[in-house]
Amino acid sequence: MKLIIAAIKPFKLEEVREALTAIGVRGMMVTEIKGFGTQSGHTEIYRGAEYAVNFVPKVRLEIVVADALADQAVATIQKTAKTDKIGDGKIFVLDVEHAVRVRTGETDDDAL
Amino acid sequence: MQPKHAGLGALAALLLTGLPALAQEGPILNPTVEQMATMVDKGDTTWMLVSSALVLMMAIPALALFYGGLVRTKNMLSLLVQVFMIVGIGAVMWVAVGYSLAFTSGSPYIGGLSKAMLAGVGTGSYAATFSNNVYIPEYAFVIFQMTFACITPALIIGAFAERIKFWPLMLFCVGWTLLAYYPIAHMVWFWAGPDFLSVPEFAGDMGLLWGWGALDFAGGTVVHINAGVAGLVGCIVVGKRIGFNKEPMPPHSLTMTMIGASLLWVGWFGFNAGSNLEANGLTALAFLNTFVATAAATLSWVLVEQVRHGRPSLLGAVTGAVAGLVAVTPAAGFASPGGALVLGLIVSPVCFVFVSTVKKRFGYDDSLDVFGVHGIGGIVGAIGTGVLADPSLGGQGWYDYTVFPAVPGAYDMTAQVITQIQAVAVTVAWTGVVSLLLFSLIKLAFGLRPSTDDERQGLDQTAHGESAYNM
Repeated sequence: MKLIIAAIKPFKLEEVREALTAIGVRGMMVTEIKGFGTQSGHTEIYRGAEYAVNFVPKVRLEIVVADALADQAVATIQKTAKTDKIGDGKIFVLDVEHAVRVRTGETDDDAL
Repeated sequence: MQPKHAGLGALAALLLTGLPALAQEGPILNPTVEQMATMVDKGDTTWMLVSSALVLMMAIPALALFYGGLVRTKNMLSLLVQVFMIVGIGAVMWVAVGYSLAFTSGSPYIGGLSKAMLAGVGTGSYAATFSNNVYIPEYAFVIFQMTFACITPALIIGAFAERIKFWPLMLFCVGWTLLAYYPIAHMVWFWAGPDFLSVPEFAGDMGLLWGWGALDFAGGTVVHINAGVAGLVGCIVVGKRIGFNKEPMPPHSLTMTMIGASLLWVGWFGFNAGSNLEANGLTALAFLNTFVATAAATLSWVLVEQVRHGRPSLLGAVTGAVAGLVAVTPAAGFASPGGALVLGLIVSPVCFVFVSTVKKRFGYDDSLDVFGVHGIGGIVGAIGTGVLADPSLGGQGWYDYTVFPAVPGAYDMTAQVITQIQAVAVTVAWTGVVSLLLFSLIKLAFGLRPSTDDERQGLDQTAHGESAYNM
């Protein structure tokens, strides 16, 4: 199993969810986060006073999928979340040791 | 120069019709209370009470939301409670001594205590308007002016928002209201009334600036310059916020600020049009001027921003609106609608320079731009009134109340502008000195600032034990 962590632009969330559901991903965790990468913030002006907003709002997806689905899921997120503008986000993939479904006690791939 | 004791004031539409009982005899000089009772119009009274409620709405919630939205979340509630409490204190003080000190005879600088606790004021006592033989119930006048005394000290607090101790601030407001607001209100607005000024007994019974012939329809000097300069002094004595110019301090809710500014605009009709003390054509003119100057100032602020920053902003639009409202306040009943429009267009670029360039240059932390908008906008309006009141520009001119019935005075624009500048100078100096003394004394005695930790954590939790939002 793989844990895919993706930081994407908030307005892309719904598109990414639909695309992932379409390839068989059956669950995800979503968190509203702030952060910076290459985009490194922007400037806001209030009555002539400029403020550097260093942390920009993003959405973090956490998805655990079977090994077989991992590459396709990553490709789907990459393709769907892409706008060609700076600040589209990052995707990280980690190994997952173990998974349990709380209701039934099923484990690993069966728990997904 | 204007003749001494000219008793300049808003235009008086002489009421020779509408009072059939009096029409044949002509207006009555020096009327008795019984005669005044026949000179009261229910429409005027109703309008004054409605206007009073509108002006209270300007303070709560309008000003509180306007200011509250501009601070960080952790200080939102502190602004709301400060404004709310100042209104409470202002109203109590007004009934106790304020009305008497502002609106009874005394010296040219301040009234006496003969009407303390509203002694002698009753349902059968009356206050003069700007027209011969037109009166409103004195209670209505007391209430209307009370709302002004409530909102003016509340305007000041925006200058040192997010870093002031609550009770020392309240103490300042008490002292400032006594030593700056009442005297300046007396100097600018107190006079014996149109049916009395030509009576030898009452000749010269007026405030200093009224006697000079200064024109201030609804409070450019009394309210806005007065509060704006006090704010500037306050933010310098209190000092900058921790992290000023280092950490971002963006407004936490421009939605609140927009609601506040919009309610201010609506309430300001009571403030400006109500200041005519009657419901007539001049009242409608003041209403219209308030509307159009504000609209023009909104437009010009946003255009300046578009040129300067390449984008129109909501905060720019609402700040422009407030600048326009401030500027038209002294001019509301004097300018023509075209004049008010021009005044609105001019005030925003001037205030914009102060809130962006001048503030940055001198490095004072006038957090919510009380000086930049109210102080400067008030000065632009006060001086502009001297120009725009000129009848040759469609203005209303001034009335000579030393003649009975009152007659239009000869308008000398240069002399009037000089008088306006003198009135501004007196106000700036008076409130500047009073504010500096009060802030310095309170700072010495009790301290003005919360501890560094408390300021960082925010005043809502540390001073009030509450949070604006529990989500």
